[in-house]
Amino acid sequence: MLVYFLRRLGQSLIAIIVMAILVFIGVYAIGNPVDILINPEATQREIDATMQRLGLDRPLWEQFFIYFGNLLQGDFGRSFVYGQPAMEIILQRLPATLELAFVALVIAIVFGIPLGVIAGLKPDTVLGKSIMGGSILGFSLPNFWQGLMLILIFAVLLGWLPAGGRGPTTEVLGIRVSFLTWEGLRHLILPAVNLALFKMALVIRLARAGTREVLLLDYVKFARAKGLSERRVITVHVLKNIMIPVVTVLGLELGSMIAFAVVTETVFSWPGMGKLLIDSINLLDRPVIVGYVMLTVFIFVFINLTVDLVYSGLDPRVRAGMRNE
Amino acid sequence: MSINRSIRGALMPATFAVFAAMSASAAADTLTIGLSAEPTSADPHYHNLGPNNALAKHIFSALIEQDAQQLLAPGLAETWEPLDDTTWEIGLREGVSFSNGDPFTARDVVYTVCRIPTVPDAPSPFTLYTNAIAGMEIVDDHTIRITTDGPAPLLPNHLSTFTIISASASGAEDEVAFDAEGCSGLGDTPESQAFTDPDFAIGTGPYVLSSFVRGDRIVLERNPDYWGEEGAWEEIVLRPITNPGARVAALLAGDVDMIENPPTQDIERIESSGFKVSSGLSNRVIYIALDQGEAPTPGISGDANPLQDAKVREALAKAINREAIRDRIMLGYSEPAGELLPPPMFGTNADREAIPFDEAAARELLAEAGYEDGFQITLGTPNDRYINDGQIAQAVAQMWSRIGVQTDVDAKTFSAFISDRNGFAFSAFLAGWGAGTGEMSSPLGALVATRNPDAGLGGTNFARHSNSQMDDLLIEALQTVDEEAREALLQEASRVVMDSYGIIPIHYELTTWAMRDDLDYEARADQYTLAYEVVPAN
Repeated sequence: MLVYFLRRLGQSLIAIIVMAILVFIGVYAIGNPVDILINPEATQREIDATMQRLGLDRPLWEQFFIYFGNLLQGDFGRSFVYGQPAMEIILQRLPATLELAFVALVIAIVFGIPLGVIAGLKPDTVLGKSIMGGSILGFSLPNFWQGLMLILIFAVLLGWLPAGGRGPTTEVLGIRVSFLTWEGLRHLILPAVNLALFKMALVIRLARAGTREVLLLDYVKFARAKGLSERRVITVHVLKNIMIPVVTVLGLELGSMIAFAVVTETVFSWPGMGKLLIDSINLLDRPVIVGYVMLTVFIFVFINLTVDLVYSGLDPRVRAGMRNE
Repeated sequence: MSINRSIRGALMPATFAVFAAMSASAAADTLTIGLSAEPTSADPHYHNLGPNNALAKHIFSALIEQDAQQLLAPGLAETWEPLDDTTWEIGLREGVSFSNGDPFTARDVVYTVCRIPTVPDAPSPFTLYTNAIAGMEIVDDHTIRITTDGPAPLLPNHLSTFTIISASASGAEDEVAFDAEGCSGLGDTPESQAFTDPDFAIGTGPYVLSSFVRGDRIVLERNPDYWGEEGAWEEIVLRPITNPGARVAALLAGDVDMIENPPTQDIERIESSGFKVSSGLSNRVIYIALDQGEAPTPGISGDANPLQDAKVREALAKAINREAIRDRIMLGYSEPAGELLPPPMFGTNADREAIPFDEAAARELLAEAGYEDGFQITLGTPNDRYINDGQIAQAVAQMWSRIGVQTDVDAKTFSAFISDRNGFAFSAFLAGWGAGTGEMSSPLGALVATRNPDAGLGGTNFARHSNSQMDDLLIEALQTVDEEAREALLQEASRVVMDSYGIIPIHYELTTWAMRDDLDYEARADQYTLAYEVVPAN
């Protein structure tokens, strides 16, 4: 077990280092940040001085080793644009993104599972077919287009909800959240729905497939034969058994919602990490871009590592595989 | 839009109606503006960039202000006079106090000029505007004598670009001096981050900072002790909404009262929905630069560089139908250009019309230059920097192709474009220039003066244009303190460049703002959005 753990840990570290190199070189190749940041009226003297101050006058390999050395000490460098530590800027934006992702997750589950079960129970009815048809739309319509349509309908035409921004926030345990006030909630609904639509479609399909499969199994037939009410059969026997794949997939999808809420945050001007990433790419703010990607890589590597270790604890076949190696 | 209104009326539940009424009454004292770019800091000396400078003007004031046409007007300084070629006397306004109650004096001015070079990690420092200052003598609390390295006729323009911070609030000592030995008495100069704290952002501007939440909003409150005319709004909320579609939606949905830079293709829809659009000439010219350096030049077939021939450049200039670009691509929001700065700004020639469209003459000129069969060329352009930049380049490419110059367009995102351009990868490129100082020496010195990094000239002259007659006129103008003589020299310099088609201007951008129809905003040439100048319409 320990050997397995160490080996997986080593693989994860290699993944992180390779990503650091790729991202650093990739961002370096886009262009010189000073060209973007400096006022065009600046003289060559100012440009040179700024390059030197930001360490951009050194050769690429030297910049990389300075960066990587600092990274090992947990220092992600200072943002070229804001002059603050890059990680501090990213983490300031984290609560807004987490809030959005969690609310989207709740929406996806609360609406997705019942709809999926209904579609699974009544696959040949108009209702069942419309749910499946709707989920195809959720899958295939581009995220940004969905967002624009939500804004057009609910903000511009109907005027029910604001078109973007985060609204007022309340401080809870030192974290600023917006779901506690009515006004904050109003700002949260549209972006959360936008982010949730794709996941909801995924949940509907998983729940439907699971329901159809489970309905044919012996224990459901037996429960029905025992004379249990249809309600009890569905809520206890069916629902419990379709939750396993749904939970597994949603756990992984949560990571991607946090890391890639970029489109939704941009369309709705939501002040989260995704919007920061887009703004930083436009300004070539290398420390923030690399810091963000490194954080994302770290989150994914961490989730995968945990999942692997948990599996090995849960599934005897994985443990057996380890012994044979 | 009346249909939309009726849908809204029919569907809006009572609760929303009540809420809408509440927010409408609150809106009377609050002005919310959707910005197209976010200020990167509340420190007025950190990043010399439009959004930052515009924000700074709300909280702080400059010695000299620029009006909507960028003409100089008194600010914290009431008078500025050259005593001789290298000495200026600045008379400061009396009775001005900072938002913490401290009086504004000459010490604050000296402190500000001394602090500018010390700002840590500044991505675009203001040293550009203070480098010429060699010393500052405090004559009394409200009089300063500034000495410069050599004649500096642009000193008043430069003093209008940065705002004054409080020496005491920033931690200066009682005696602040700037003499031959440099600055002294500064104490520990503040970091930029400190200014995000409203208690630290102490200025003399019409508004005070209330909160700065990055990525979300900047809230300003009216400064009751402001020395000038009081702003119309109790509170101002600036919200960065960088995505143009989202910005328009926020205006149409009533989230914000006004937005910057609505996309030209949406303006008709905005106006038909009952909103107002304010537009005016900006100081930004969109131009095409043609590489006049050594042959061969990249992107042109053959060993020769036809662009070295003024006739070829004239042909390319005359082949562009500027009116068509204005009407079809800019939808009226541009003005065809004949120079690098629009009249009546300082140093422009009012009688100089836009270069006329004349396809026949263009063909003849090409034939005279020995290119009756044309040649091939690649036109580089950014596609996300200037208004409709990529489309303008496509149109120019077609117009050039019609006179036989086969043109390909190489459109890229700005960050990639500028790397290529600064590496001389284009024989022809489209770009824009905004004159921060609002006068002709800015575009001439940057775009067409012979490249000379030591003199700070030709910094953006990636076409390697060089004309010694123009250089002499410009350098003389930059040494001439007398306003009239300097303007005449700049006008002559501009004529020389334009007559040799050293650079091809296309148009001046019109800057636009869209707002509720009960608001008014006078369009500014510097493209700044100054919320305190937004007024309720009569």
